[in-house]
Amino acid sequence: MSEMLRVENLKTYFDTRKGLVKAVDDISFSINKGEILGIVGESGAGKSITGFSLINLIDSPGEIVDGSILFNNRDLAHLSEDELSKIRGGEISMIFQDPQMSLNPVITIGKQLIETVLYHNPETSKQDAHKKSVEMLELVGMPAPEKRMASYPHQLSGGMKQRVVIAMALINSPKLLIADEPTTALDVTIQAQILFLMKKLTKEFGSSLILITHDIAVVAQMCDKIAVMYAGRIVEYGSNKDVLYNPKHPYTKGLIQCLPRLNEEKTRLYQIPGVMPSLLALPVGCYFSDRCPYADEECKVYPETITLEGRLVSCHKVK
Amino acid sequence: MSQSQMNILKIENIEKIFEIKVSAFKSKNLYALNKITLEVERGKTISVVGESGCGKTTLGKVVSGLYQAEKGTIKFHGQDIAHKKPLQRGLLQKDIQMIFQDPYSSLNPRKKVKDILEQPLKIHTKLNKADRMQAIEKTCADVGIDLGYLSRYPHQFSGGQRQRIAIARAIILNPELVIADEPISALDVSIQAQVLNLLMDLQQKLNLTYLFITHDISVVKHLSDYVAVMYLGEIVEYGTKEQIFSHPQHPYTKMLFLAVPDIDNPVLSEKVLETGEIPSPIDLPDGCYFAGRCPLKDADCEKEHPPLVEKGDQYKVRCIKV
Repeated sequence: MSEMLRVENLKTYFDTRKGLVKAVDDISFSINKGEILGIVGESGAGKSITGFSLINLIDSPGEIVDGSILFNNRDLAHLSEDELSKIRGGEISMIFQDPQMSLNPVITIGKQLIETVLYHNPETSKQDAHKKSVEMLELVGMPAPEKRMASYPHQLSGGMKQRVVIAMALINSPKLLIADEPTTALDVTIQAQILFLMKKLTKEFGSSLILITHDIAVVAQMCDKIAVMYAGRIVEYGSNKDVLYNPKHPYTKGLIQCLPRLNEEKTRLYQIPGVMPSLLALPVGCYFSDRCPYADEECKVYPETITLEGRLVSCHKVK
Repeated sequence: MSQSQMNILKIENIEKIFEIKVSAFKSKNLYALNKITLEVERGKTISVVGESGCGKTTLGKVVSGLYQAEKGTIKFHGQDIAHKKPLQRGLLQKDIQMIFQDPYSSLNPRKKVKDILEQPLKIHTKLNKADRMQAIEKTCADVGIDLGYLSRYPHQFSGGQRQRIAIARAIILNPELVIADEPISALDVSIQAQVLNLLMDLQQKLNLTYLFITHDISVVKHLSDYVAVMYLGEIVEYGTKEQIFSHPQHPYTKMLFLAVPDIDNPVLSEKVLETGEIPSPIDLPDGCYFAGRCPLKDADCEKEHPPLVEKGDQYKVRCIKV
């Protein structure tokens, strides 16, 4: 399998009035063709900023201060805005959590889809773009796609809107799709449909997908590889099987253990004490140390990342 | 005690109808709740599940008095509260409290924690200042709020802490029934476990009764005693947790369970594509409301609306095919 994207030592910092916020701090990962990578973590872990950084959608005072994002022999971290805007929506597209916010409320979805095609392929005729849009809507399971082209976003339900957003993201056959909590706002039945479609289309088109989510059960269904983030850093990174079913980092273990399971009944759930620290007031040493049951003196220094049983993990206590 | 005495809340044939304007001169009725009948046993948890738009939140609001029902009765302590606004309910209102989904909007940002917790005591009790403070301190200890935080404002807390404050406000009057409307879905995974544990501890300690409204099936399985599955304003299946989870019979319940992602069984089956989408609740068909999405559907399903049939042992289901 060939490599699609390689991120190395990426650092995205926000220079705020209260201090320097290291939202993404020295993370590295890669994704192959046809692969699905899951980035999991709680709010504030830096997973969305990681996604935004990949296509440089970082607003001031944020900035990619270091690292490289290698995609097709180009370093996206150092491309000009002009070049990036050709890539966004073309070779790389992104799906956001709230479909309502991703669509223009005063333009029909058909026009928005056609616009996406024409922006990246100016030589295409309007008829062809229209035809392609209808095909795409059909592919994502939109009933009566031809008729729906004339609908405005508010005339569609949340699930249907998210289908339009996915159709729009896939219409230029991107090589990489970044989906940031694509199903969090949806019902479970719709979530299952959308996830199924995304997985199927990724495998069929041989593209790659980065799925950003807080839902570990979703990651279990979807992903080949998983990166667990905590306070701006990746604490465990490896294959689905290794990370979810044989977790090593105490945070990963905690996240999995604290889920209410469908097949077992417990009177009390396992709980990770405390909350994720503010990025402005991180503990000394390992960021997880103040919530970790195994923390001791050794954890006053941030742990090196080591390779252990096929995955990368940053913890003094696993050897 | 007999069954009926243990039931603190008896909801019977409740209907909540919203008038929806479809054009300038025409409006149509939306049956948000359509003849809901439900009994809630003291000290137990009953969960109401369903997709968005099924009426589960409306049910919570009708019981809590935020909405008034058009028809039907809700008996609480023998009195019908279905048509009464909170102020008309008098002392009964004190025994029904609510926890909302979003702790960012359910707490007044301009009041200190102490004032937020003191307000219900001022309204519903005749306690003096010292006694009120004592009650606040006791409740804070119960839910795990540091007393040093009492003079802080809500924005100084994390989501999980705020939800603890909202829970403290709900239990400070020693209510019998707590309506929890998606109380953990706005929280992070590790915090969800903390809040769920807290809710379960409080239930044991204070003999609370929960009406738990959620879309999260794994949470329902974790903490419920009884489960009511709602679809388009109706209960389609009702039973004990064991009945619903071990032998779901209604095709809608089965469909919901199929769609829930499960880390222990992470298969995404193609069957999910057949689940379709909840239709508009206006102009519902004469037959079964679920027929349009149902794999078992045949001509009989469209003839008449299936009743909710009691199959013994408190178990009820609304489907002619089971």
